[in-house]
Formats: sequence, structure tokens, C-alpha cells
Amino acid sequence: MASKQKKMTPQQKNYQTLQQKHELKRPVLKNCIKAFLVGGLICLIGQAVSYFYIYYFNFTEQNVGNPTVATMVFFSMLLTGFGVYDHIGQFAGAGSAVPVTGFGNSVISAAIEHRTEGFVLGVGGNMFKLAGSVILFGVFSAFVVALIKTLLVMWGVL
Amino acid sequence: MLAMFFWAFVVGGLICVVGQLLFDVAKLTPGHTMSLLVVIGAVLDGLGLYEPLVDFAGAGATIPITSFGNSLVHGALQDAQAHGIIGVLTGMFQVTSSGISAAIIFGFIGALIFKPKG
Amino acid sequence: MLKGQQSWVFDNRPMITATGVTGGPFEANGNLSSDFDLLYDDLWMGQESYEKAHRLLLEEAIKVALKKGEIEKDQVQFLFAGDLINQITPTSFAARTMQIPYFGLFGACSTSMEGLALSSFVVNYQGANYVLTGASSHNSAVEKQFRYPTEYGGQKPPTAQWTITGAGVALVETNKPGQDNPVTTSATIGKVIDMGLSDPFNMGGAMAPAAADTIIAHFRDLKLDPSYYDLIVTGDLGRIGHNTTAELLNKSGLKLKQGQFQDCGLLMYKEDQPVMAGGSGAGCSATVLYGHLLNEMKKGTYKRILVVATGALLSPLSFQQKDSIPCIAHAVAIEMNGEKG
Repeated sequence: MASKQKKMTPQQKNYQTLQQKHELKRPVLKNCIKAFLVGGLICLIGQAVSYFYIYYFNFTEQNVGNPTVATMVFFSMLLTGFGVYDHIGQFAGAGSAVPVTGFGNSVISAAIEHRTEGFVLGVGGNMFKLAGSVILFGVFSAFVVALIKTLLVMWGVL
Repeated sequence: MLAMFFWAFVVGGLICVVGQLLFDVAKLTPGHTMSLLVVIGAVLDGLGLYEPLVDFAGAGATIPITSFGNSLVHGALQDAQAHGIIGVLTGMFQVTSSGISAAIIFGFIGALIFKPKG
Repeated sequence: MLKGQQSWVFDNRPMITATGVTGGPFEANGNLSSDFDLLYDDLWMGQESYEKAHRLLLEEAIKVALKKGEIEKDQVQFLFAGDLINQITPTSFAARTMQIPYFGLFGACSTSMEGLALSSFVVNYQGANYVLTGASSHNSAVEKQFRYPTEYGGQKPPTAQWTITGAGVALVETNKPGQDNPVTTSATIGKVIDMGLSDPFNMGGAMAPAAADTIIAHFRDLKLDPSYYDLIVTGDLGRIGHNTTAELLNKSGLKLKQGQFQDCGLLMYKEDQPVMAGGSGAGCSATVLYGHLLNEMKKGTYKRILVVATGALLSPLSFQQKDSIPCIAHAVAIEMNGEKG
């Protein structure tokens, strides 16, 4: 961002100041409230799903995360497939993007969209368009963090 | 049990608010925001701060994407304890497989049965 | 004839004798639905992909224009058209179906006026008897290419615009004295203007300087005053871009009357439709002009209009490579023939 500022001419800077007056500002507070409510609700549903698995399928609090996440992704497949998730997303913003259902939606929506290009090149080749960066940075940062921690433990620092 | 529901709602909602602020104030794309949140989850688990949050808020901490980072670090550390440094590589997906596998499987099934609505 | 720095005057007054305008379900529920010749109630239009539906939109618009103009496609010398999709394949495939000698154009959302300017020039200097020109866009195909999969739950900010699903085509031919049809009288070709904006969800803000630059150039080259036109309409600046351009024009000394300055993207949809800052897309200016505005001209609402189509010349890749958004605007003046006829 800083390097872009350097290359702007005075004319460009003047225009951008003028343009910003007319720019419809994002309703940040309203968006945050909507994100809070929808995100909280999704987690609430996740909690209910967890208890369901604990009581009926004998999962423990330690390992119930797995089936819970899988179930939530299944729900997001239905919502995405029936054309509902994009409307929820426009309303809730991060409230529907941050939960794991948002991750599922990003993969599933890409898969559904690119079916017209075939299953191998279309679906397979495009499925991770949006989710790829999450997987990449998740894995890599986990690698770095775990490596650092393990080394520190090995060297007796921790 | 009721308390857990309450805190799941509140903590999950708050993590989403952080995401929304990254969208609206920092003007980050969803890709950037989710990647950042996953990294934060990983770092917090490295510092030993995420597991207590999971105990406290349940699904409020395991459903947001930050828990991905947490699970990946957890798996890596577990295996490292058992098998030494190589465990950092081998352990990562032990605990996290469900989220990604589910997304892949349901993504494919979705592509088989659904048509986008535009 | 060249006038000034970057404008043409069409002394032989090429005539728009027929038009074809097609649209999708969203447009069917919009403000201007009665000005469309053909409306589809589904984005797939019976095709296997959005891109194929996009092509059908344009093919059907061409067929309507030919039917209304009462000529066969073999009588048409050239087709000047384009769209937003990679390599303008929907337009090229439509040209393959029509088998008309074809100039494929890319001006993003300014393609419609780029095409009309070139067509008018060719007809004016007897380079053709009949020319078809147009532009089209398809909401889902454009979202898939430029932004996110259509079922993705991303949140669009209030500065974003809604790409229209539609095609607008015009049949341009040599002037027929006595026939009271719209004629093109002049055109101003725009330069690429880049004020360093880079948010792909705020096209209007990026395009406004280009629109202002071309409009100012038009009045300078033709030595006219804005009061010459009953209506000056931009292609798809949307709420933000339109207001910004109005301020830029004001600052440059051009005085516009209340209601004289409008935008196709703002005319297209009703208040309650979720289009954020307004409609956009290559088909926006084409469908609004070749449908609604020319109908209004024939009814007598406007005698002389200036249409300024604006385009944002970015690609998904240029955005990822941290480039800003260069923009362009082309203006064509249209008057009713009866005036001097």
C-alpha cells in the first residue's frame, strides 16, 4: 500500500480525495452487529450438533470436533446448493464467512460453478480457488509454530 | 449446558466481528482475512491460549476458521512429542482431516447434484 | 470528418433504423422492462452454461434487429460488437452463427459506444450500406470470471454494482431523408484515464474521470454548450461515479441543468432491487440506449442526446498484480432525423 502512495501524482491524489466524498461508506457498525448475530447463531447450532453427537453417538468433548465440523460443512453444502448461502453471505458478511461453513461454501460454490467445464479440469481444477490460501497458510503457519515450539522444548527453554 | 450455548454464541460472534472489521476497516479480501484468522489460530495454540478458549466456549471456538490453525498445530505438536521433530510434518492432518475432507467430498457431491442459481 | 482533437462529425447522418434488446430475469423485474424486445425468466436460457446463454442473448438481439429492420443477415456488411468475457468468445461465437464479417471489440463497458462510433464512421463514408453494432453482458458469467463463484457467500460493499444480463444491438444504415429515425451526428473517442484507484468493487469511482475527460473533450472539439443536448447520459457509472463526474464537470465550468445528466445503470432497476450502486456491464448502456432511450426519442421526449459509455479496463489478474484500474469513455451524439430532414 505504501509503495502505491509514492507513485501517485498530485492530480491523482486530488481526484481520490474528491471521489471519497461521494463514495458510499460501508455501514461498519451495522455489518459488525449482523456478523455477530449470524456468526454466533452458526456457532450455537454447532454447539447443539456437538451435544447431539456426545449424547447419541458417545463422542467425548475432546473428539466431537470432527463430526461437528463435518456436519456443519454438510449443512453449508445444502445451503450453497439451494442458492441460499450467497444471500446469507450478503447479509452477514464475516458472520457466515468466518465459521467453517464459510470454508465449506467457498469450496462447494466453486465446485458447483465450474461443473460446466467438466469434473476433472473444471471442478477439480477450480475447487480450491478461494480455499487454497486458507489451507496453505494454515498448514504453513502451523508448521512454523509447531517447529518453533518443539525446538524450544527440545532445547529446554520451555 | 446453557452457559456453554451462551458462550458459544458470544465468542463465535466476536470472532466473526473481528473478521468483519478486517473486511470493512482493513479492506482485506475474504481470502486474506480467512488466511490471517487461520494463522492467528495457529499462533494462539502455540502460545497455549486456544485450548482454554475451546474448553470455555465450545463450538464458539471450534466452528470459526481459527480452529483450523489450532487443530493443525495441535496435531503437529502431539506427533512431535511422540516421534520427535519429524512429527511436526506427520501430525498436522491427524486432527483436522474432517473439515477439509468434508469440504472436498461435499463439494464434489454438490457439483454432481446442484446447478448454480446465479 | 475529424473535428478538434479526438472527435468525428458524421455529416451524412447515419441512421439507426432498428434495434434489438434482450434481457434476463432481473431486468424483467426492472424499471425498463417494457423497453426490452425479449426477456428470459431464467439465467440459463435453456443452455448448458452461462457463457452459452450469454451468446444466445446477443444472437437473439441481432435477430430481432434484423427482423425489425426488415433485412436479411446477408445484406449486412459488418458486425461491430463485444462483451466482457475472456477473448470476447460469446460475441465471436454469435458472429460465427450469424456469418457476418466481424470486428470484435473490447472496451469493457464502453464497447457499445465504441461500436456505434466506428459503425457510424463506416456508414457515413459509404464503407457499408448496413452495419450491426452492439454489446452484451451476463451477470453470472461476469461474476464467475471477475469476482467469485455465483453461489459464494461474499459480501458486496455498497459501492459495488450489478452486472446486467442483456444484449443491445442496433442496425445502422445510410440516411433515408424523410424517415424520422434517430441518427448519429458526432462521436468523441476517449483516452485511457487512470487516477490510481484500484478497488474492483468501486468501478464507478474509477471510471468517473474518464467520463468527465471525454465529455469535456466533446464540448471542446465540437465547440458546443451542454445546453445543446436534452440529455447527457453515462453508461454505468452508478451512484458514486455519476455524482463524482457531475462534480468534475461542474469544476471544469460545464453547466448542466437539473435532470439533464443521467446514468443508464441508475435508470435500469427499481429502488427495491438489490443492485447496490446501480447496474453495470457492457450490455447496460447498450440495452438502455437501444431500448428505452431511443423509444423516448421517438416519442419526442428527447431530440438530442449524448451517450457516454464508460469502461473499466482491468482484469482479475491485473488486480492481483496490484495494478490500478485504467478507464475509458466514448461518447456518441444522437439526434432525431426529423430535425433537419
